[in-house]
Amino acid sequence: MAAERADQNVMAPPHSSPKPAVPVIMRRVLYALAPAAICQTWFFGYGLIINFVFCALAAMLAEAAVLKLRNRPIRDTLTDGSALLTGALLAFAIPPLTPWWVPATGGVCAIVLAKQLYGGLGKNLFNPAMVGYAILLLSFPVEMTQWMPPRMGDIDFTHLGFLSQLGYSVSGILPAELSLDAMTRATPLDLVKEGLRSAQTFSEVRANSLFGDFGGRGWEWVGNFLILGGLYLLYAGIIRWHIPVAVLAGLLIPSALLHLFDADGFASPGFNLFSGATLLGAFFIATDPVSAAATVLGRLIYGVGIGFLTFAIRTWGGYPDGIAFAVLLMNAAVPLIDRYTRPRVFGHD
Amino acid sequence: MLTGIIILVGLATGLSALLVIVARLLGGSNSSAADAIENLLPRIQCAQCGYPGCRPYAEAIASNSADINRCPPGGAETIRALAELLGRDPMPLDDSLGQASMQKSALIEESICIGCNRCAEVCPVDAIAGVPQRMHTIITSHCTGCELCLPPCPVDCISMVSRSA
Amino acid sequence: MLKFTPKRRLTGGVRLPANKTESTGKSIRRGLIPPRLIVSTRQQRGPAAKPIVEIGQGVLRGETIARAEKSDGTDVHAPTSGKIIAIENYESPLLSKVALELCIVIETDGADLAIQKRGPIEFAATREDRIRQIASAGIVGLGGAAYSTAEKMRGEPQIDCKLLIINGAECEPYISCDDMLMRESPEQILDGAAILQQLVGAPECIIAIERDKPQAIDAITLAADKLDLDGLRIAELPSIYPSGGERQLVEVLAGVEVPSEKYPSDFGFLCQNVGTAYAVHRFFRDGEPLSSRVVTVTGAAVAEPRNVEAMIGTPIADLIDACGGYSREAARLIHGGSMMGFELSEDSLAVTKATNCVVAAAPDEVKSENREWPCIRCGECSMVCPARLQPQDLVIAARESNAQALTELALSECIECGCCDVVCPSHIPLTQEFRKAKPLVQSLEELQAFSDASDQRFRLHEERRQDATIAAERQRDHIKRALSHEERRAEEIRAAVQRARQRKSETDGS
Repeated sequence: MAAERADQNVMAPPHSSPKPAVPVIMRRVLYALAPAAICQTWFFGYGLIINFVFCALAAMLAEAAVLKLRNRPIRDTLTDGSALLTGALLAFAIPPLTPWWVPATGGVCAIVLAKQLYGGLGKNLFNPAMVGYAILLLSFPVEMTQWMPPRMGDIDFTHLGFLSQLGYSVSGILPAELSLDAMTRATPLDLVKEGLRSAQTFSEVRANSLFGDFGGRGWEWVGNFLILGGLYLLYAGIIRWHIPVAVLAGLLIPSALLHLFDADGFASPGFNLFSGATLLGAFFIATDPVSAAATVLGRLIYGVGIGFLTFAIRTWGGYPDGIAFAVLLMNAAVPLIDRYTRPRVFGHD
Repeated sequence: MLTGIIILVGLATGLSALLVIVARLLGGSNSSAADAIENLLPRIQCAQCGYPGCRPYAEAIASNSADINRCPPGGAETIRALAELLGRDPMPLDDSLGQASMQKSALIEESICIGCNRCAEVCPVDAIAGVPQRMHTIITSHCTGCELCLPPCPVDCISMVSRSA
Repeated sequence: MLKFTPKRRLTGGVRLPANKTESTGKSIRRGLIPPRLIVSTRQQRGPAAKPIVEIGQGVLRGETIARAEKSDGTDVHAPTSGKIIAIENYESPLLSKVALELCIVIETDGADLAIQKRGPIEFAATREDRIRQIASAGIVGLGGAAYSTAEKMRGEPQIDCKLLIINGAECEPYISCDDMLMRESPEQILDGAAILQQLVGAPECIIAIERDKPQAIDAITLAADKLDLDGLRIAELPSIYPSGGERQLVEVLAGVEVPSEKYPSDFGFLCQNVGTAYAVHRFFRDGEPLSSRVVTVTGAAVAEPRNVEAMIGTPIADLIDACGGYSREAARLIHGGSMMGFELSEDSLAVTKATNCVVAAAPDEVKSENREWPCIRCGECSMVCPARLQPQDLVIAARESNAQALTELALSECIECGCCDVVCPSHIPLTQEFRKAKPLVQSLEELQAFSDASDQRFRLHEERRQDATIAAERQRDHIKRALSHEERRAEEIRAAVQRARQRKSETDGS
């Protein structure tokens, strides 16, 4: 929340204007997400947009309510764009085909439990979007796994119009002759996990029509746009290279090593890169400055931790994708990391 | 189920015992704890904490027989530092104790002083200069504001004044 | 002229828009004689000088009008000829603020007569005497911090000066006085540098200039070749703020980090501004004490920004008039550059030896609101900090007045450069908070030192008491033994007398 402080002298040096403020930065991150969002809508339906609307709306209403209870100014906080951004990231993490109360609950939990209860913007320990996602995944396992195949000619894909999608979201009723079973499909990560568990080789799993050059078809394209968005963020100075590079290294280096060692038993690094929330996580989620480490060395450790935990969960854990839990686990370690990675002060030993 | 309960209780007892043993072994002596505590105290020996000096108070804190909020000259900063060192909760200063403060120093009204030398004898940092039977004076730069010289003076010629900045 | 490659890159720092081309298009305006000069008697960090003139007295250029009372002071001289019309208190800008100082007001006569046909000043015999000559010439550091140059040169007597650094970096936006001085008077600067080098006996001398000043670099290089100076090298630095800080230059050129409680001279380094070197040349070669300096007059509210060789005591309003006057309403008048300069409430204040720049800023050149957002821990502040501090943690400790945490996070190393402020997306006024919080750290350190000293005195007191107790006991034992010895002797004598009496009575009786 922006505030005027009576004890600050606007005439004190330095006199030049500081760089663009927090709301501008949040807006720019949303712009960076937009191409990927459009791509995902194209391939997987309007659900993303509908979920974003419900999630962001619920998040902002919840934030306003909590601020009222806390007797804080409401307008300043709601206009800083952080709730919108949380809503957008959460919308990416939720399957497109969900009833409205899934994104709404996610938004409320993210903002109230993970952000406002800790004191609001800048004070939260955990990444709000990931907290929301984790709560949703654990509470609504069925709805959170209703993913759709991509709109590609050769895949058996059912296209839902905007109104039908909205109708399902609001009422839970699909148009006639359509059924959830027929429409949803396992994700590429699901298939890899199942397949490798049941002694299939990675190449056999990849033979499925859902797989493209690297990751899942459609998802690869989203990944490309996420990379573009991430590069824009780097160029605009909104994020620095340390966390994305560290996350990708932490995930892809073990993946490459194990895949080289046993190409049939382990997924390829190319697959790991373009599937699931890898790129979203590396550029948009792990880089959330509030919950990430603050020092340079700390960020590298934090990023590698996330990447490696994701790899571990994907390969040996119970869930097909591990980014959310990896981020939350490393968030818990951040105060310790920050404390012990402070650089040596100038002139001190 | 019985095996489960036995295993968990056994684990809990065993690990707790391990923790206690390691804490005792690595905990360090009480005196090194007292050293660290004493270093955070103002060390002006005013005895307003109820102990006859800063070292006895430090030892009392180390052996858990004294609270950390008994040092008036140390004030809130000392309480906060002790709290952080010992992992205890900070608490407000016990205001039933004295008002000694390092921001004050003693002042002898020299026209009244009879040279009995009792103040110089009790000053823990030798901040009073004077020969017996002659006028005494406070060395202000050495005076810690501990107020120990006030009670023994038979003519009540000593007062506390604030140090000018 | 040999180039010197810096040993290290600057820690942290930011690249800032320079805003210098506006004022470097024209040459330095010289010969400005304002109708009145308000010359402060405090022209340095340290004690003020004592006026030695009276109201009504006529003075000539170069005449000493205020003398230093102690060896760490510097003299003040009349910048031009005229009459003393007042000696009273005026607000004067020095040392990051405006303060009331005793000032000598001179009504100039326009003739600019000098006190005598001055020529070269002979060097005094000893090093200490020469240093005193510099103080009597009124020379202080002209980079803006106004340390007495003589005092700085005295430094640590036991430590030899191994490197003289001539600071031509001028990294702060808006300021261009050093740039223009290097372009127009490079030989004089280098001569002054040679004098300084000889005075402190430094084997090496490096002149540091930022890369965004190619004309200055060329001028200095040409002059060095012409003067054929050896032991002098030029270092070209990337244009990053705050490369021109003293400790930053020592870090970059020598790879040594000087902590805040020490000085570069403790490590054998002496850093002097190009303007100071120029002043040294003017004094020893032309006999002119320091009574004027180049001031950059700039900002979007000035009609014709340029550099002016201003007499000390020139009211800033006169400076601005000399540059075409105000082109519009100035939102702020800044003494110094945009990063560390301080605000002036009016333009009637007069130039001091610390006035390197005056910025009459238009509203869109300065920040206008103190609206701030919560810290989002982006960490940009810690990445640009030249002292490798953690401003995001420091500001929390500062706002809580937590002196312990501030000490642990090394607040005293903060050089108040302002880099953290300009990169903060939440617009938190970090530098201001740190400036406010520094006294807390100082008082904590002082208290700690006092406690340590009291502890020491207590131990000595206890030792003495122990010794006194032991001595008293020994004394008592001695007396006891002596007494018992006496008693035994008395017993023996009594016994002997008794025996004698008995024998006598025996012999008497029988």
